[in-house]
Amino acid sequence: MTEATRAEYCVIACAEAWRGDGEVLASPMGLIPSLGARLARLTFAPDLLLTDGEALLIRPDGTPEGWLPYRQHLALVTGGRRHVMMGASQIDRFGNQNISCIGDWERPMRQLLGVRGAPVNTLNHPTSYWIPRHSRRVFVERVDMVCGVGYDHAAGARHHRIPRVVSDLGVFDFATPDRSMRPASLHPGVTLEQVREATGFELAVPDEVPPTREPTAEELRLIREVLDPAGTRTREVAS
Amino acid sequence: MSDKTMTADEAVSRLSSGMTLGIGGWGSRRKPMALVRALLRSEVTDLTVVSYGGPDVGMLAAAGRIRKLVTAFVTLDSIPLEPHYRAARERGAFALTEIDEAMFMWGLHAAVNRLPFLPVRAGLGSDVMRVNPGLRTVTSPYEDGETFVAMPALRLDAALVHMNRADRLGNGQYLGPDPYFDDLFCEAADAAYVSCERIVDTAELTKAAPPQTLLVKRHMVTGVVEAPNGAHFTSCAPDYGRDEAFQKTYATTPWPQFAARFLAGDEQAYRSAVEEGT
Repeated sequence: MTEATRAEYCVIACAEAWRGDGEVLASPMGLIPSLGARLARLTFAPDLLLTDGEALLIRPDGTPEGWLPYRQHLALVTGGRRHVMMGASQIDRFGNQNISCIGDWERPMRQLLGVRGAPVNTLNHPTSYWIPRHSRRVFVERVDMVCGVGYDHAAGARHHRIPRVVSDLGVFDFATPDRSMRPASLHPGVTLEQVREATGFELAVPDEVPPTREPTAEELRLIREVLDPAGTRTREVAS
Repeated sequence: MSDKTMTADEAVSRLSSGMTLGIGGWGSRRKPMALVRALLRSEVTDLTVVSYGGPDVGMLAAAGRIRKLVTAFVTLDSIPLEPHYRAARERGAFALTEIDEAMFMWGLHAAVNRLPFLPVRAGLGSDVMRVNPGLRTVTSPYEDGETFVAMPALRLDAALVHMNRADRLGNGQYLGPDPYFDDLFCEAADAAYVSCERIVDTAELTKAAPPQTLLVKRHMVTGVVEAPNGAHFTSCAPDYGRDEAFQKTYATTPWPQFAARFLAGDEQAYRSAVEEGT
């Protein structure tokens, strides 16, 4: 088997977000997180619930095993038995996330999706983020609109937790005294300098940053032969 | 028992400018587009639109009919950003009440239950509170003492929804996988207009489908409109999927050209124009 590609390290890093979560709903947004959730379900997190992206809970082979229309999905969110991995048009050092608009909210330069469920997600269950192109445009000093709530805005809300941010360069967490973002691992081939260059705020950098873990041979086989034989993952993250 | 059938134009003739209008469906899914098209043919304007937004919002915004929009998002699903909505918002064409998806749902629930608000664990800490300075919080009167957003009721003057089937009395049936929030829109409104793919006899509603598909009950409904393909170009599972090719045309054609080509005539003219090619 050939060496893992950057896209495959990203799949592994996303999958790891759900390790140890138990019987909760994995809600991935984006292709790489979707592969990650299904990989986790097939390997180290067999109790995870998966959705078809619409109203059904499904097994990895697509067999329906439950009904989850939007209104029940929103109740499940509030009940806390979910771990979402959302996207972010902007994210800041404390994990505030924006998908609503760029510029002044009153008269935005660019209107995006809207807050969607980011406010309810972040106050009710673990919320991780996936950013396919790590850049200063996304990793900003201050987000223009706080949709997903970061640590400095959460006021210690009882169910608020941001386990990790995965980008095409590495994995980041908030395990620092002031809950600001720090690199937890870098994907092989990525330097700290490169990450600093692509980040619009000062990262809290620990003494040593390990590489993102290697996929096992079985994980690589599952990604390549079972989950994404057409290789669509390279569209989201180039090799 | 009264026959509530009417045409889309008759339904829209009962609406007036300045109303608060709820529109069912979700994103680019089961939107009452035939009713929206009828609305676009009318003079009704200055609307407060309450919607989990899709092309309903995009079209009404592009046509300048919206004074205020209440929403959590506007999307075409397979095309994530709604171009006509974006353009209207970027030129400051209307006021926006931007709230979270769950806050929206609880606002409808509050209206349905004749409550002024319902507490919701969402919004706090986010800029939803900054951009909606009128939102208030409540503190739990019990031991936990937690603070919640008091989501005000989203009471509607009228609601528009689209079902797969309905009878002449207003019993509406969905056959797809998701009810969205259409029953809540109808119950939260003073008047609800239900379009459907096909009007059938009441007995036929449960011949091949279980009773839990009967989402909308007749006491919530003012008018029933038979509108085959009435959700086009959004999806109406299982009757049809989204017309992706047409949606692309919608998203990439400048609004004045799109409106002139597809919305200048009645619903029959719309169908002919769609058939002529996208």
